[in-house]
Amino acid sequence: MKRFASIFLLAVLAAAYNTPLASQDWIRTGTGLGVEKVRLAVPDFKAAATDVDTKRLTTAFSVTLWNDLQAAGIFDMVSPSFYPLANPGVPQDVNLAQWSDPPPNASMLTFGNAMVQGGFLAVQGWLYDVKNSQSPQVLGKQYREQATEDNARLIAHRFADEIIFRLGGGIPGIAESRIYFVSNRSGTKEIWQMDYDGSNQKQLTHVTTMALSPHVSPDGSRVAFSSVSGNEWEILMYSLDLNRPVSFPRYQGANLSPAWSSDGKWLAFSSSRSGDAEIYAVDVNGGDLRRLTNSRGPDVSPTWNPKTNAQIAFVSGRTGLPQIYTMASDGTNVVRVTDQGYAVSPSWSPNGQFLAFAWVRNYGPGAPGASDIYLMDVASKQWVQLTHDGGRNDFPSWAPDGRHIVFQSNRSGRTQIWSMLADGSQARQLTSAGENTQPNWSFK
Amino acid sequence: MGGMTLKARKIQWIHIVPALVLILVAAACSKKKPAPPPPPPAAKLPAPTAMLTANPNTIEAGQASTLTWNTDFATDISIDGIGKVDPTGTRKVTPSESTTYRLLAKNDSGTKEATARVTVTPAPPPPTTSKVSTESDSQLFSQNMKDVFYAYDSYEITPEYQAVIQSDAGFLQQHPNMSFLIEGHCDERGSIEYNLTLGEYRANAAKQALVQQGVSATRIRTISYGKEKPFCTDSTESCWQQNRRAHFVYSK
Repeated sequence: MKRFASIFLLAVLAAAYNTPLASQDWIRTGTGLGVEKVRLAVPDFKAAATDVDTKRLTTAFSVTLWNDLQAAGIFDMVSPSFYPLANPGVPQDVNLAQWSDPPPNASMLTFGNAMVQGGFLAVQGWLYDVKNSQSPQVLGKQYREQATEDNARLIAHRFADEIIFRLGGGIPGIAESRIYFVSNRSGTKEIWQMDYDGSNQKQLTHVTTMALSPHVSPDGSRVAFSSVSGNEWEILMYSLDLNRPVSFPRYQGANLSPAWSSDGKWLAFSSSRSGDAEIYAVDVNGGDLRRLTNSRGPDVSPTWNPKTNAQIAFVSGRTGLPQIYTMASDGTNVVRVTDQGYAVSPSWSPNGQFLAFAWVRNYGPGAPGASDIYLMDVASKQWVQLTHDGGRNDFPSWAPDGRHIVFQSNRSGRTQIWSMLADGSQARQLTSAGENTQPNWSFK
Repeated sequence: MGGMTLKARKIQWIHIVPALVLILVAAACSKKKPAPPPPPPAAKLPAPTAMLTANPNTIEAGQASTLTWNTDFATDISIDGIGKVDPTGTRKVTPSESTTYRLLAKNDSGTKEATARVTVTPAPPPPTTSKVSTESDSQLFSQNMKDVFYAYDSYEITPEYQAVIQSDAGFLQQHPNMSFLIEGHCDERGSIEYNLTLGEYRANAAKQALVQQGVSATRIRTISYGKEKPFCTDSTESCWQQNRRAHFVYSK
């Protein structure tokens, strides 16, 4: 019996490893396409004055610009050790050949200068095509904000996004996007917010009971979440404009996992108001409540296809262990998407093609079961495994550029928020204080 | 030989009888009677004696005690608060507060007093019937109500726990005033959101099972905590089983 079991296990493992390799060839997420990435040189901007503030803010700007462009996932960053010694500050400083020739071998160059004057930070930045000696300028921008470090970073984000948009096939950059998540570092689970790179982490809600499952609205004005209120789970709204909760209709039963349609018109969520947890949709004012699923067994964690808003993926325990399903946004045409194990937390990609989700492919009472993030092409059901660290990875959420995924992982000890490129590379830890879970990337 | 015969000595009754008859007739025929002797002079009464007891001599308010007395040589007998009484007797009394009863026995020779005290203690407070101490109800609840445990990813009540439900229902029917909350819990594996729904199903399953045993649904509220409030945090099967449960909490 033991011998049979070990052979069987080997066969299962072999099958598990074979399938992803076969499908990895053609999963295209916009990164690692086989097309050469643009070789980009990003020297530090020049401090246009000698005072301490100018130097400090120019450094903050330069570091942020480098990080944003490197994180974008579409550039082959030229190593700074290959740069010419002098940083160009203005176009007259630029010697194109110095950058396009080896060792830098760059295709594109960013450069510019920054100065603090009269309490304001002024930045000038350029993007040059160094192989085009006739008319190298692709972008020329000027920025002016109050002289603070936060603003230095903000200007860098904006400039980086411009470059990414211009060179990344027309998809906007994510440097100004935000991630909403749950943290217990204040003592109880509350909703928090941070920049896409983990900076500026701040607490939003103060419910003190428990706040879970944040989902920000497409226009960035409100965060929907679920919280225990009295003796039941309710969907609540936190207004980012007013910095306080605002009212939303209450329904009987447990109401969980809210999700916005990308046009900002609908909120899908799970409610057990009928006694059985089903997926419902309601308009953003709380009216026109519609029941979408109708089957015994818990239905939870809906996510809309943001490209069309004509489909919703969700988790259902109707056959036993939870599996991922898709359906039309009126509840018809329910299709099962995963075939085994324990599959939860679907997130639909901005281009409508992929579902990211968490999967324990071998789940059972004895098996410890690593939970990993997977990517599946919705049309063909082909899938690829993105994380391989044998720990617990859950709650993937797509960035608006369709190139990044944020998720929770316990690979560094306690559960923290991590981001990675959509091919599974460049994983970065974003949080470290307390335990942090359930991240949600903003729509823009 | 010495027996003399009686025969020989016959009493000479025949000679005495006529003599007796003669005396009697002579006495009866006397015509002159002598005067009766005068009555003896009236003697003085001794002082009266009196005795009074109360039984029992300590009572609770509202109860009765019995007075018992007797007297000698008294011509006038009375008890305070009662009035004239016979020289000997008993009487039931129900004083509302502690009282000393006084008996007075009089005659020409004097007065005798006898007392008996009845002590009245306050009645104990009547036993209250509605909510006494909530603390003891809460303890009673947690001692008698057993939680229901579930298999992994399941909200079915197994036969083993169906027996627990029956025992819990029996306790609840003996205490119809108790209301409570059922919390649904899950082990640490699996997803936060899915576990919230699973916990909800576990709490509801326990509620429905109790309702089927006759417990009124209005006494029961439910909430799911998913895997957010575990009872233990080890990553072991025994701890995971500890967390897969419907937990009963007294709420009134």
